[in-house]
Amino acid sequence: MSDNMIMLDPTSELDPAQRQRLARPESLDGLTVGLLDISKARGDVFLDRIAELFEADGIAVKRYSKPTFTRPAPTDLAQTIAAEVDVVVEGLAD
Amino acid sequence: MNDMSDGYAVFLKRDCPTCVLVAPVVAKMREAGLPVTIYSQDDPSFPDGMADIHDDRTLENAFRNDIETVPTLLRFEHGAEVARCVGWVRSEWQDTSYLKDLGSDLPELRPGCGSKSVEPGIAERLAVEFGDVPIKSRRIEISEIEDDAEACYDRGWTDGLPVVSPTRERVYRMLQGTSRAPDEVVGIMPPDLAECTVEKIAINAVMAGCKPEYMPLVLAAVEGALIDEFCLHGLLATTWFSSPVLVVNGPEARRVGMNARGNALGQGNRANATIGRALQLIVRNVGGGRPGEVDRSCLGNPGKYTFCFAEDEEGSCWDSLSVERGFAADASTVTLFAGDGVQPIYDQKSREPEDLARTFALCLRSLNHPEMAMVGDAILVISPEHERVFRDAGWDKARLRQELDELLLMPDAGTYPSRLRPDMKMPQGATDAPSKMRPGGLLIVRAGGGAGMFSAVIGGWVASGEKGSVPVTKEVS
Repeated sequence: MSDNMIMLDPTSELDPAQRQRLARPESLDGLTVGLLDISKARGDVFLDRIAELFEADGIAVKRYSKPTFTRPAPTDLAQTIAAEVDVVVEGLAD
Repeated sequence: MNDMSDGYAVFLKRDCPTCVLVAPVVAKMREAGLPVTIYSQDDPSFPDGMADIHDDRTLENAFRNDIETVPTLLRFEHGAEVARCVGWVRSEWQDTSYLKDLGSDLPELRPGCGSKSVEPGIAERLAVEFGDVPIKSRRIEISEIEDDAEACYDRGWTDGLPVVSPTRERVYRMLQGTSRAPDEVVGIMPPDLAECTVEKIAINAVMAGCKPEYMPLVLAAVEGALIDEFCLHGLLATTWFSSPVLVVNGPEARRVGMNARGNALGQGNRANATIGRALQLIVRNVGGGRPGEVDRSCLGNPGKYTFCFAEDEEGSCWDSLSVERGFAADASTVTLFAGDGVQPIYDQKSREPEDLARTFALCLRSLNHPEMAMVGDAILVISPEHERVFRDAGWDKARLRQELDELLLMPDAGTYPSRLRPDMKMPQGATDAPSKMRPGGLLIVRAGGGAGMFSAVIGGWVASGEKGSVPVTKEVS
Protein backbone atom coordinates (compact mmCIF):
# COMPACT_ATOMS: atom_id res chain seq x y z
CA MET A 1 0.00 0.00 0.00
CA SER A 2 1.30 3.45 -0.88
CA ASP A 3 2.13 5.77 1.97
CA ASN A 4 1.33 8.79 -0.16
CA MET A 5 -0.82 11.34 1.59
CA ILE A 6 -4.12 12.31 0.03
CA MET A 7 -5.19 15.91 0.47
CA LEU A 8 -8.38 17.52 -0.75
CA ASP A 9 -8.08 20.48 -3.07
CA PRO A 10 -9.12 23.65 -1.23
CA THR A 11 -9.44 25.66 -4.44
CA SER A 12 -12.15 26.07 -7.03
CA GLU A 13 -10.10 23.64 -9.14
CA LEU A 14 -9.55 25.98 -12.06
CA ASP A 15 -5.87 25.00 -12.28
CA PRO A 16 -4.45 21.55 -13.09
CA ALA A 17 -3.72 19.33 -10.09
CA GLN A 18 -0.11 18.90 -11.12
CA ARG A 19 2.17 21.84 -10.65
CA GLN A 20 2.98 23.34 -14.04
CA ARG A 21 6.44 24.02 -15.36
CA LEU A 22 7.35 27.64 -15.87
CA ALA A 23 6.77 28.79 -19.41
CA ARG A 24 9.88 28.83 -21.58
CA PRO A 25 11.17 32.35 -22.21
CA GLU A 26 10.63 33.53 -25.77
CA SER A 27 14.07 35.06 -25.88
CA LEU A 28 17.23 34.98 -23.77
CA ASP A 29 17.78 38.73 -24.19
CA GLY A 30 18.61 40.23 -20.84
CA LEU A 31 18.41 36.90 -19.03
CA THR A 32 21.21 35.12 -17.22
CA VAL A 33 21.88 31.52 -18.15
CA GLY A 34 23.28 29.06 -15.61
CA LEU A 35 25.38 26.16 -16.84
CA LEU A 36 25.32 23.26 -14.43
CA ASP A 37 28.09 20.69 -14.69
CA ILE A 38 26.98 17.56 -12.88
CA SER A 39 30.63 16.41 -12.67
CA LYS A 40 30.47 13.68 -15.26
CA ALA A 41 33.52 13.21 -17.46
CA ARG A 42 33.95 15.88 -20.14
CA GLY A 43 30.77 17.64 -19.17
CA ASP A 44 32.96 20.70 -18.67
CA VAL A 45 34.17 20.51 -22.27
CA PHE A 46 30.62 20.52 -23.55
CA LEU A 47 29.59 23.37 -21.27
CA ASP A 48 32.70 25.43 -22.11
CA ARG A 49 31.60 25.41 -25.74
CA ILE A 50 27.99 26.27 -24.81
CA ALA A 51 29.29 29.17 -22.73
CA GLU A 52 31.35 30.46 -25.65
CA LEU A 53 28.28 30.40 -27.90
CA PHE A 54 26.08 32.22 -25.37
CA GLU A 55 28.73 34.81 -24.65
CA ALA A 56 29.23 35.40 -28.36
CA ASP A 57 25.55 36.35 -28.45
CA GLY A 58 26.03 38.72 -25.50
CA ILE A 59 24.15 36.55 -23.04
CA ALA A 60 25.36 36.48 -19.44
CA VAL A 61 26.48 33.06 -18.22
CA LYS A 62 27.16 31.72 -14.74
CA ARG A 63 28.85 28.38 -14.11
CA TYR A 64 27.99 25.85 -11.41
CA SER A 65 28.96 22.30 -10.69
CA LYS A 66 27.60 19.58 -8.47
CA PRO A 67 30.07 17.85 -6.13
CA THR A 68 29.11 14.47 -7.61
CA PHE A 69 26.81 13.21 -10.33
CA THR A 70 25.64 10.40 -8.06
CA ARG A 71 23.53 12.55 -5.81
CA PRO A 72 20.98 15.33 -6.24
CA ALA A 73 22.34 18.85 -6.05
CA PRO A 74 22.84 20.06 -2.47
CA THR A 75 20.04 22.36 -1.34
CA ASP A 76 22.27 25.42 -1.05
CA LEU A 77 23.50 24.93 -4.62
CA ALA A 78 19.95 24.59 -5.94
CA GLN A 79 18.92 27.71 -4.04
CA THR A 80 21.92 29.66 -5.28
CA ILE A 81 21.18 28.74 -8.89
CA ALA A 82 17.48 29.62 -8.49
CA ALA A 83 18.41 33.00 -7.01
CA GLU A 84 21.08 33.95 -9.54
CA VAL A 85 19.88 32.87 -12.98
CA ASP A 86 16.76 32.78 -15.11
CA VAL A 87 17.45 29.66 -17.17
CA VAL A 88 19.62 26.58 -16.62
CA VAL A 89 21.37 24.31 -19.10
CA GLU A 90 22.45 21.03 -17.59
CA GLY A 91 24.72 18.46 -19.18
CA LEU A 92 23.40 15.06 -18.14
CA ALA A 93 25.48 12.41 -19.92
CA ASP A 94 29.11 11.44 -20.54
CA MET B 1 -16.85 -9.53 4.03
CA ASN B 2 -17.98 -13.09 4.51
CA ASP B 3 -21.26 -14.47 3.33
CA MET B 4 -23.39 -14.31 6.41
CA SER B 5 -26.72 -15.03 4.79
CA ASP B 6 -27.45 -17.43 7.63
CA GLY B 7 -25.46 -17.83 10.78
CA TYR B 8 -23.66 -15.89 13.45
CA ALA B 9 -20.93 -13.29 13.64
CA VAL B 10 -19.07 -12.40 16.79
CA PHE B 11 -16.76 -9.40 17.16
CA LEU B 12 -13.95 -9.70 19.72
CA LYS B 13 -10.64 -8.25 20.79
CA ARG B 14 -8.01 -9.75 23.06
CA ASP B 15 -7.66 -6.52 24.98
CA CYS B 16 -11.21 -6.87 26.35
CA PRO B 17 -11.68 -8.93 29.55
CA THR B 18 -15.30 -9.69 28.64
CA CYS B 19 -14.18 -11.04 25.26
CA VAL B 20 -11.68 -13.29 27.05
CA LEU B 21 -14.53 -14.39 29.32
CA VAL B 22 -16.85 -15.32 26.44
CA ALA B 23 -14.20 -16.97 24.25
CA PRO B 24 -15.10 -20.48 25.59
CA VAL B 25 -18.77 -19.72 24.91
CA VAL B 26 -17.99 -18.98 21.29
CA ALA B 27 -16.08 -22.27 21.11
CA LYS B 28 -19.13 -24.08 22.52
CA MET B 29 -21.40 -22.53 19.91
CA ARG B 30 -19.14 -23.92 17.20
CA GLU B 31 -18.97 -27.31 18.92
CA ALA B 32 -22.77 -27.33 18.84
CA GLY B 33 -22.56 -27.01 15.08
CA LEU B 34 -23.54 -23.38 14.77
CA PRO B 35 -21.88 -21.48 11.91
CA VAL B 36 -20.04 -18.73 13.81
CA THR B 37 -17.77 -16.28 12.03
CA ILE B 38 -15.25 -14.78 14.43
CA TYR B 39 -13.85 -11.30 13.80
CA SER B 40 -10.82 -10.44 15.88
CA GLN B 41 -10.00 -6.75 16.04
CA ASP B 42 -6.53 -6.71 17.54
CA ASP B 43 -5.03 -10.17 17.26
CA PRO B 44 -5.98 -12.79 14.66
CA SER B 45 -4.72 -15.57 17.00
CA PHE B 46 -7.44 -14.69 19.50
CA PRO B 47 -9.38 -16.57 20.83
CA ASP B 48 -6.49 -18.95 21.46
CA GLY B 49 -6.75 -22.39 19.99
CA MET B 50 -9.61 -21.64 17.65
CA ALA B 51 -9.48 -22.08 13.90
CA ASP B 52 -10.82 -19.96 11.13
CA ILE B 53 -10.60 -16.56 12.79
CA HIS B 54 -11.11 -13.56 10.53
CA ASP B 55 -8.49 -10.89 10.90
CA ASP B 56 -10.47 -7.65 11.23
CA ARG B 57 -7.59 -5.40 12.15
CA THR B 58 -8.63 -3.12 9.31
CA LEU B 59 -11.95 -2.89 11.23
CA GLU B 60 -13.84 -2.97 7.96
CA ASN B 61 -16.31 -5.59 9.17
CA ALA B 62 -16.81 -3.81 12.48
CA PHE B 63 -17.48 -0.58 10.60
CA ARG B 64 -19.87 -2.17 8.11
CA ASN B 65 -21.85 -3.81 10.91
CA ASP B 66 -21.96 -0.72 13.09
CA ILE B 67 -20.21 -2.43 15.98
CA GLU B 68 -19.73 -0.12 18.96
CA THR B 69 -18.92 -2.67 21.66
CA VAL B 70 -17.05 -5.95 21.90
CA PRO B 71 -18.13 -8.62 22.32
CA THR B 72 -21.11 -8.24 20.00
CA LEU B 73 -22.96 -11.31 18.71
CA LEU B 74 -25.07 -10.99 15.57
CA ARG B 75 -27.48 -13.52 14.08
CA PHE B 76 -28.31 -13.39 10.38
CA GLU B 77 -31.21 -14.96 8.51
CA HIS B 78 -31.38 -14.69 4.73
CA GLY B 79 -28.67 -12.08 4.82
CA ALA B 80 -30.46 -9.80 7.26
CA GLU B 81 -29.49 -9.17 10.84
CA VAL B 82 -32.23 -10.49 13.12
CA ALA B 83 -30.58 -10.37 16.55
CA ARG B 84 -27.79 -8.42 18.26
CA CYS B 85 -26.30 -9.10 21.67
CA VAL B 86 -24.05 -6.31 22.98
CA GLY B 87 -21.58 -7.26 25.71
CA TRP B 88 -22.29 -10.44 27.66
CA VAL B 89 -25.90 -10.87 28.76
CA ARG B 90 -26.29 -14.59 29.35
CA SER B 91 -30.01 -14.80 28.63
CA GLU B 92 -29.66 -12.89 25.38
CA TRP B 93 -26.81 -15.09 24.13
CA GLN B 94 -28.83 -18.20 25.10
CA ASP B 95 -31.93 -16.93 23.28
CA THR B 96 -29.97 -15.88 20.22
CA SER B 97 -28.03 -19.16 19.98
CA TYR B 98 -30.96 -21.37 21.01
CA LEU B 99 -28.49 -23.08 23.37
CA LYS B 100 -30.25 -23.12 26.74
CA ASP B 101 -27.20 -23.85 28.84
CA LEU B 102 -24.79 -21.59 27.01
CA GLY B 103 -22.40 -19.90 29.42
CA SER B 104 -24.24 -21.16 32.45
CA ASP B 105 -20.95 -21.15 34.36
CA LEU B 106 -20.45 -17.43 33.62
CA PRO B 107 -21.92 -14.45 35.44
CA GLU B 108 -25.27 -13.21 34.20
CA LEU B 109 -23.98 -9.96 32.88
CA ARG B 110 -20.68 -8.37 31.98
CA PRO B 111 -20.52 -5.13 29.98
CA GLY B 112 -18.15 -5.17 27.04
CA CYS B 113 -15.44 -2.77 25.94
CA GLY B 114 -15.44 -0.20 23.16
CA SER B 115 -14.99 -1.60 19.67
CA LYS B 116 -11.71 -0.40 18.17
CA SER B 117 -13.75 0.93 15.27
CA VAL B 118 -15.19 3.72 17.41
CA GLU B 119 -11.96 4.86 18.99
CA PRO B 120 -11.17 8.56 18.52
CA GLY B 121 -9.54 9.21 15.17
CA ILE B 122 -10.36 5.71 13.93
CA ALA B 123 -14.04 6.31 13.18
CA GLU B 124 -13.18 9.11 10.72
CA ARG B 125 -10.57 6.99 8.98
CA LEU B 126 -13.02 4.12 8.56
CA ALA B 127 -15.77 6.43 7.33
CA VAL B 128 -13.42 7.79 4.68
CA GLU B 129 -12.06 4.35 3.74
CA PHE B 130 -15.20 2.24 3.78
CA GLY B 131 -18.11 4.62 4.19
CA ASP B 132 -20.17 6.53 1.73
CA VAL B 133 -18.69 9.96 2.38
CA PRO B 134 -19.89 12.35 -0.31
CA ILE B 135 -16.69 14.36 -0.69
CA LYS B 136 -16.26 15.59 -4.24
CA SER B 137 -13.13 17.72 -4.15
CA ARG B 138 -10.21 16.73 -6.29
CA ARG B 139 -7.71 14.51 -4.52
CA ILE B 140 -4.15 15.74 -4.51
CA GLU B 141 -1.65 12.96 -3.90
CA ILE B 142 1.45 14.01 -2.02
CA SER B 143 4.37 11.66 -2.48
CA GLU B 144 5.77 10.15 0.68
CA ILE B 145 9.08 11.87 0.02
CA GLU B 146 7.38 15.25 -0.14
CA ASP B 147 6.78 17.36 2.96
CA ASP B 148 3.05 17.99 3.17
CA ALA B 149 3.44 21.47 4.68
CA GLU B 150 5.79 22.45 1.86
CA ALA B 151 3.41 20.94 -0.68
CA CYS B 152 0.67 23.31 0.52
CA TYR B 153 3.03 26.25 0.13
CA ASP B 154 4.10 25.09 -3.32
CA ARG B 155 0.50 24.99 -4.47
CA GLY B 156 -0.16 28.52 -3.28
CA TRP B 157 -2.75 27.46 -0.71
CA THR B 158 -1.41 29.40 2.26
CA ASP B 159 -1.48 32.98 3.49
CA GLY B 160 2.24 32.78 4.24
CA LEU B 161 1.84 30.89 7.49
CA PRO B 162 1.76 27.08 7.56
CA VAL B 163 -1.61 25.38 7.16
CA VAL B 164 -2.96 22.11 8.53
CA SER B 165 -2.90 19.59 5.66
CA PRO B 166 -6.47 19.02 4.48
CA THR B 167 -6.61 15.23 4.61
CA ARG B 168 -9.88 13.43 3.96
CA GLU B 169 -10.14 12.37 7.60
CA ARG B 170 -9.77 15.93 8.85
CA VAL B 171 -12.23 17.29 6.31
CA TYR B 172 -14.71 14.53 7.18
CA ARG B 173 -14.36 15.44 10.85
CA MET B 174 -14.83 19.14 10.05
CA LEU B 175 -18.00 18.33 8.13
CA GLN B 176 -19.40 16.71 11.29
CA GLY B 177 -19.52 20.26 12.69
CA THR B 178 -22.51 21.11 10.53
CA SER B 179 -25.72 19.38 9.49
CA ARG B 180 -25.53 21.05 6.09
CA ALA B 181 -24.77 18.85 3.09
CA PRO B 182 -21.20 19.04 1.75
CA ASP B 183 -22.41 19.85 -1.75
CA GLU B 184 -24.66 22.73 -0.71
CA VAL B 185 -23.57 25.88 -2.52
CA VAL B 186 -23.29 28.63 0.08
CA GLY B 187 -22.63 31.32 -2.48
CA ILE B 188 -20.51 32.52 -5.37
CA MET B 189 -17.06 33.60 -4.20
CA PRO B 190 -15.31 36.53 -5.87
CA PRO B 191 -13.14 37.36 -7.64
CA ASP B 192 -13.25 34.14 -9.70
CA LEU B 193 -17.01 33.85 -9.09
CA ALA B 194 -16.53 30.22 -8.10
CA GLU B 195 -19.17 28.14 -6.36
CA CYS B 196 -18.35 27.94 -2.68
CA THR B 197 -19.70 24.74 -1.19
CA VAL B 198 -19.89 23.63 2.44
CA GLU B 199 -17.17 21.12 1.55
CA LYS B 200 -14.74 23.76 0.26
CA ILE B 201 -15.43 25.80 3.38
CA ALA B 202 -14.65 22.74 5.52
CA ILE B 203 -11.38 22.09 3.66
CA ASN B 204 -10.20 25.64 4.21
CA ALA B 205 -11.41 25.57 7.83
CA VAL B 206 -9.17 22.53 8.36
CA MET B 207 -6.25 24.39 6.84
CA ALA B 208 -6.93 27.45 9.03
CA GLY B 209 -6.81 25.26 12.14
CA CYS B 210 -10.51 25.34 13.05
CA LYS B 211 -12.24 22.78 15.23
CA PRO B 212 -15.42 21.20 13.82
CA GLU B 213 -17.54 23.11 16.33
CA TYR B 214 -16.46 26.38 14.71
CA MET B 215 -18.16 25.41 11.43
CA PRO B 216 -21.48 27.22 12.09
CA LEU B 217 -19.54 30.43 12.72
CA VAL B 218 -17.32 29.97 9.68
CA LEU B 219 -20.40 29.31 7.53
CA ALA B 220 -22.11 32.44 8.88
CA ALA B 221 -18.95 34.45 8.22
CA VAL B 222 -18.83 33.25 4.61
CA GLU B 223 -22.54 33.87 4.10
CA GLY B 224 -22.20 37.33 5.59
CA ALA B 225 -19.20 38.13 3.42
CA LEU B 226 -21.23 37.19 0.35
CA ILE B 227 -24.14 39.55 1.14
CA ASP B 228 -24.07 41.96 -1.76
CA GLU B 229 -24.02 45.12 0.39
CA PHE B 230 -20.75 43.98 1.97
CA CYS B 231 -19.08 44.25 -1.44
CA LEU B 232 -16.44 41.56 -0.93
CA HIS B 233 -15.11 41.83 -4.47
CA GLY B 234 -14.32 45.50 -4.19
CA LEU B 235 -12.99 45.08 -0.67
CA LEU B 236 -10.58 42.45 -1.91
CA ALA B 237 -9.47 44.45 -4.91
CA THR B 238 -9.03 47.86 -3.27
CA THR B 239 -5.67 49.59 -2.89
CA TRP B 240 -6.87 50.49 0.63
CA PHE B 241 -5.84 48.49 3.75
CA SER B 242 -9.14 46.86 4.64
CA SER B 243 -10.40 43.31 4.70
CA PRO B 244 -13.21 41.55 6.60
CA VAL B 245 -13.22 42.12 10.36
CA LEU B 246 -15.57 39.73 12.19
CA VAL B 247 -17.40 40.58 15.42
CA VAL B 248 -19.20 37.61 16.97
CA ASN B 249 -22.14 37.99 19.36
CA GLY B 250 -24.29 35.57 21.32
CA PRO B 251 -24.02 32.18 22.98
CA GLU B 252 -22.17 30.59 20.06
CA ALA B 253 -19.13 32.77 20.79
CA ARG B 254 -19.05 31.51 24.37
CA ARG B 255 -19.74 27.91 23.30
CA VAL B 256 -16.59 27.75 21.22
CA GLY B 257 -14.55 29.70 23.75
CA MET B 258 -13.94 32.90 21.83
CA ASN B 259 -12.04 35.65 23.59
CA ALA B 260 -13.83 38.94 24.24
CA ARG B 261 -11.66 40.04 27.15
CA GLY B 262 -7.95 40.57 27.68
CA ASN B 263 -6.10 40.77 24.35
CA ALA B 264 -9.41 40.28 22.50
CA LEU B 265 -7.98 41.90 19.38
CA GLY B 266 -4.71 40.02 19.67
CA GLN B 267 -3.27 36.57 19.32
CA GLY B 268 -3.60 33.42 21.39
CA ASN B 269 -7.23 32.28 21.14
CA ARG B 270 -7.78 29.45 18.69
CA ALA B 271 -11.38 30.30 17.79
CA ASN B 272 -10.68 34.00 17.24
CA ALA B 273 -7.57 33.22 15.22
CA THR B 274 -8.82 30.41 13.03
CA ILE B 275 -12.38 31.53 12.25
CA GLY B 276 -11.07 34.79 10.84
CA ARG B 277 -8.28 32.98 9.04
CA ALA B 278 -10.68 30.46 7.52
CA LEU B 279 -12.61 33.24 5.79
CA GLN B 280 -9.38 34.72 4.44
CA LEU B 281 -8.21 31.34 3.12
CA ILE B 282 -11.60 30.76 1.45
CA VAL B 283 -11.33 34.11 -0.31
CA ARG B 284 -7.82 33.15 -1.39
CA ASN B 285 -8.37 29.56 -2.42
CA VAL B 286 -11.99 29.34 -3.54
CA GLY B 287 -12.30 32.92 -4.79
CA GLY B 288 -8.76 33.18 -6.13
CA GLY B 289 -8.21 36.48 -4.33
CA ARG B 290 -4.47 36.78 -3.87
CA PRO B 291 -2.23 39.78 -3.19
CA GLY B 292 -0.45 41.04 -6.26
CA GLU B 293 -3.24 39.64 -8.41
CA VAL B 294 -6.79 40.90 -7.84
CA ASP B 295 -5.87 42.02 -4.30
CA ARG B 296 -4.21 45.34 -5.09
CA SER B 297 -3.75 46.65 -1.55
CA CYS B 298 -1.03 49.29 -1.35
CA LEU B 299 0.09 48.36 2.17
CA GLY B 300 -2.39 45.81 3.52
CA ASN B 301 -2.66 45.25 7.25
CA PRO B 302 -1.91 42.36 9.63
CA GLY B 303 -5.64 41.73 10.02
CA LYS B 304 -5.59 40.24 6.54
CA TYR B 305 -4.26 37.05 8.12
CA THR B 306 -7.19 37.03 10.54
CA PHE B 307 -9.27 39.61 12.42
CA CYS B 308 -12.06 38.12 14.47
CA PHE B 309 -13.19 38.71 18.05
CA ALA B 310 -16.26 38.47 20.25
CA GLU B 311 -18.14 41.23 22.03
CA ASP B 312 -17.99 40.98 25.83
CA GLU B 313 -21.71 40.86 26.58
CA GLU B 314 -21.60 39.41 30.07
CA GLY B 315 -21.85 42.17 32.62
CA SER B 316 -22.33 44.86 29.99
CA CYS B 317 -24.84 47.56 30.76
CA TRP B 318 -25.37 48.07 27.05
CA ASP B 319 -27.30 46.35 24.31
CA SER B 320 -24.90 44.27 22.28
CA LEU B 321 -24.00 45.13 18.71
CA SER B 322 -26.22 42.27 17.61
CA VAL B 323 -29.27 43.57 19.51
CA GLU B 324 -28.62 47.09 18.21
CA ARG B 325 -28.70 45.63 14.73
CA GLY B 326 -32.11 44.07 15.29
CA PHE B 327 -31.37 40.52 16.46
CA ALA B 328 -32.76 38.79 19.55
CA ALA B 329 -30.64 38.94 22.70
CA ASP B 330 -30.10 35.16 22.59
CA ALA B 331 -29.25 35.06 18.88
CA SER B 332 -25.71 34.30 17.75
CA THR B 333 -24.49 36.49 14.94
CA VAL B 334 -21.41 37.35 12.95
CA THR B 335 -21.09 41.00 11.94
CA LEU B 336 -18.70 41.75 9.09
CA PHE B 337 -16.99 45.08 8.83
CA ALA B 338 -14.66 46.17 6.06
CA GLY B 339 -11.93 47.30 8.41
CA ASP B 340 -8.22 47.62 8.92
CA GLY B 341 -5.92 48.51 11.76
CA VAL B 342 -6.39 49.18 15.44
CA GLN B 343 -5.95 52.79 16.59
CA PRO B 344 -5.52 53.01 20.35
CA ILE B 345 -7.41 55.59 22.43
CA TYR B 346 -5.65 56.73 25.60
CA ASP B 347 -7.67 58.37 28.36
CA GLN B 348 -6.90 57.62 31.98
CA LYS B 349 -8.21 60.91 33.34
CA SER B 350 -11.82 61.34 32.22
CA ARG B 351 -14.36 60.45 34.90
CA GLU B 352 -17.35 62.18 33.32
CA PRO B 353 -19.04 60.70 30.25
CA GLU B 354 -18.93 64.01 28.38
CA ASP B 355 -15.14 64.13 28.74
CA LEU B 356 -14.62 60.56 27.61
CA ALA B 357 -17.00 61.01 24.68
CA ARG B 358 -14.92 64.03 23.64
CA THR B 359 -11.79 61.89 23.67
CA PHE B 360 -13.52 59.29 21.51
CA ALA B 361 -14.70 61.96 19.08
CA LEU B 362 -11.25 63.52 18.76
CA CYS B 363 -9.72 60.16 17.96
CA LEU B 364 -12.47 59.30 15.50
CA ARG B 365 -11.99 62.65 13.75
CA SER B 366 -8.38 61.80 13.04
CA LEU B 367 -9.35 58.71 11.04
CA ASN B 368 -8.06 58.60 7.47
CA HIS B 369 -7.63 62.37 7.30
CA PRO B 370 -8.61 64.78 10.08
CA GLU B 371 -10.10 67.28 7.64
CA MET B 372 -12.27 64.83 5.76
CA ALA B 373 -15.81 63.81 6.63
CA MET B 374 -17.91 60.77 5.77
CA VAL B 375 -15.11 58.81 4.24
CA GLY B 376 -14.83 55.57 6.18
CA ASP B 377 -16.88 53.72 8.79
CA ALA B 378 -15.42 52.64 12.12
CA ILE B 379 -15.83 50.28 15.03
CA LEU B 380 -15.38 51.86 18.43
CA VAL B 381 -14.21 49.12 20.82
CA ILE B 382 -14.85 50.28 24.37
CA SER B 383 -13.06 48.56 27.22
CA PRO B 384 -14.82 47.72 30.50
CA GLU B 385 -13.01 50.46 32.42
CA HIS B 386 -14.17 53.06 29.92
CA GLU B 387 -17.66 51.59 29.78
CA ARG B 388 -17.83 51.98 33.56
CA VAL B 389 -17.72 55.77 33.17
CA PHE B 390 -20.89 55.65 31.08
CA ARG B 391 -22.51 53.01 33.26
CA ASP B 392 -21.99 55.07 36.41
CA ALA B 393 -23.56 58.07 34.69
CA GLY B 394 -26.49 56.03 33.40
CA TRP B 395 -25.62 56.53 29.72
CA ASP B 396 -26.90 53.86 27.40
CA LYS B 397 -25.43 53.39 23.93
CA ALA B 398 -28.07 55.66 22.41
CA ARG B 399 -27.05 58.49 24.75
CA LEU B 400 -23.40 58.00 23.87
CA ARG B 401 -24.24 58.00 20.17
CA GLN B 402 -26.21 61.23 20.57
CA GLU B 403 -23.21 62.87 22.22
CA LEU B 404 -20.82 61.56 19.58
CA ASP B 405 -23.11 62.68 16.77
CA GLU B 406 -22.84 66.25 18.02
CA LEU B 407 -19.12 66.10 18.66
CA LEU B 408 -18.45 64.62 15.24
CA LEU B 409 -20.08 67.44 13.32
CA MET B 410 -17.40 69.06 11.21
CA PRO B 411 -18.33 72.57 10.14
CA ASP B 412 -14.85 72.94 8.76
CA ALA B 413 -15.06 69.77 6.73
CA GLY B 414 -14.25 70.53 3.18
CA THR B 415 -11.08 72.31 4.14
CA TYR B 416 -9.63 69.36 2.39
CA PRO B 417 -9.86 68.87 -0.51
CA SER B 418 -11.50 72.18 -1.39
CA ARG B 419 -8.60 74.18 -0.03
CA LEU B 420 -6.45 72.41 -2.59
CA ARG B 421 -9.01 72.04 -5.35
CA PRO B 422 -11.85 74.57 -5.07
CA ASP B 423 -13.65 72.85 -7.92
CA MET B 424 -13.93 69.57 -6.02
CA LYS B 425 -17.28 68.83 -4.48
CA MET B 426 -18.08 67.64 -0.99
CA PRO B 427 -18.92 63.98 -0.56
CA GLN B 428 -22.41 63.03 -1.58
CA GLY B 429 -24.93 63.81 1.19
CA ALA B 430 -22.63 66.26 2.91
CA THR B 431 -24.06 69.48 4.25
CA ASP B 432 -22.42 72.63 5.50
CA ALA B 433 -21.82 70.82 8.77
CA PRO B 434 -21.40 67.17 7.88
CA SER B 435 -20.59 64.54 10.41
CA LYS B 436 -17.29 62.76 10.40
CA MET B 437 -19.21 59.50 10.26
CA ARG B 438 -21.76 58.31 7.77
CA PRO B 439 -25.16 57.64 9.41
CA GLY B 440 -25.03 54.01 10.55
CA GLY B 441 -21.28 53.93 9.96
CA LEU B 442 -20.17 53.81 13.59
CA LEU B 443 -20.40 50.45 15.36
CA ILE B 444 -19.88 50.34 19.12
CA VAL B 445 -18.84 47.14 20.89
CA ARG B 446 -17.55 46.33 24.36
CA ALA B 447 -14.45 44.18 24.65
CA GLY B 448 -11.14 44.00 26.44
CA GLY B 449 -9.55 43.11 29.73
CA GLY B 450 -10.63 44.38 33.13
CA ALA B 451 -7.63 46.63 33.56
CA GLY B 452 -6.77 49.47 31.20
CA MET B 453 -8.49 52.76 30.53
CA PHE B 454 -7.94 52.32 26.84
CA SER B 455 -10.34 51.83 23.99
CA ALA B 456 -9.77 51.44 20.27
CA VAL B 457 -10.94 52.58 16.89
CA ILE B 458 -10.91 50.09 14.04
CA GLY B 459 -11.03 52.19 10.92
CA GLY B 460 -12.81 51.05 7.81
CA TRP B 461 -12.60 51.06 4.05
CA VAL B 462 -12.79 54.56 2.62
CA ALA B 463 -15.39 53.33 0.15
CA SER B 464 -18.08 53.06 2.81
CA GLY B 465 -21.82 53.17 2.37
CA GLU B 466 -23.82 52.32 -0.69
CA LYS B 467 -20.97 53.16 -3.05
CA GLY B 468 -18.83 50.51 -1.39
CA SER B 469 -19.30 48.38 1.70
CA VAL B 470 -21.76 48.60 4.56
CA PRO B 471 -21.46 46.42 7.69
CA VAL B 472 -23.62 43.31 7.51
CA THR B 473 -24.77 40.85 10.15
CA LYS B 474 -25.56 37.18 9.61
CA GLU B 475 -27.30 35.04 12.19
CA VAL B 476 -25.57 31.73 12.96
CA SER B 477 -27.86 28.84 12.06
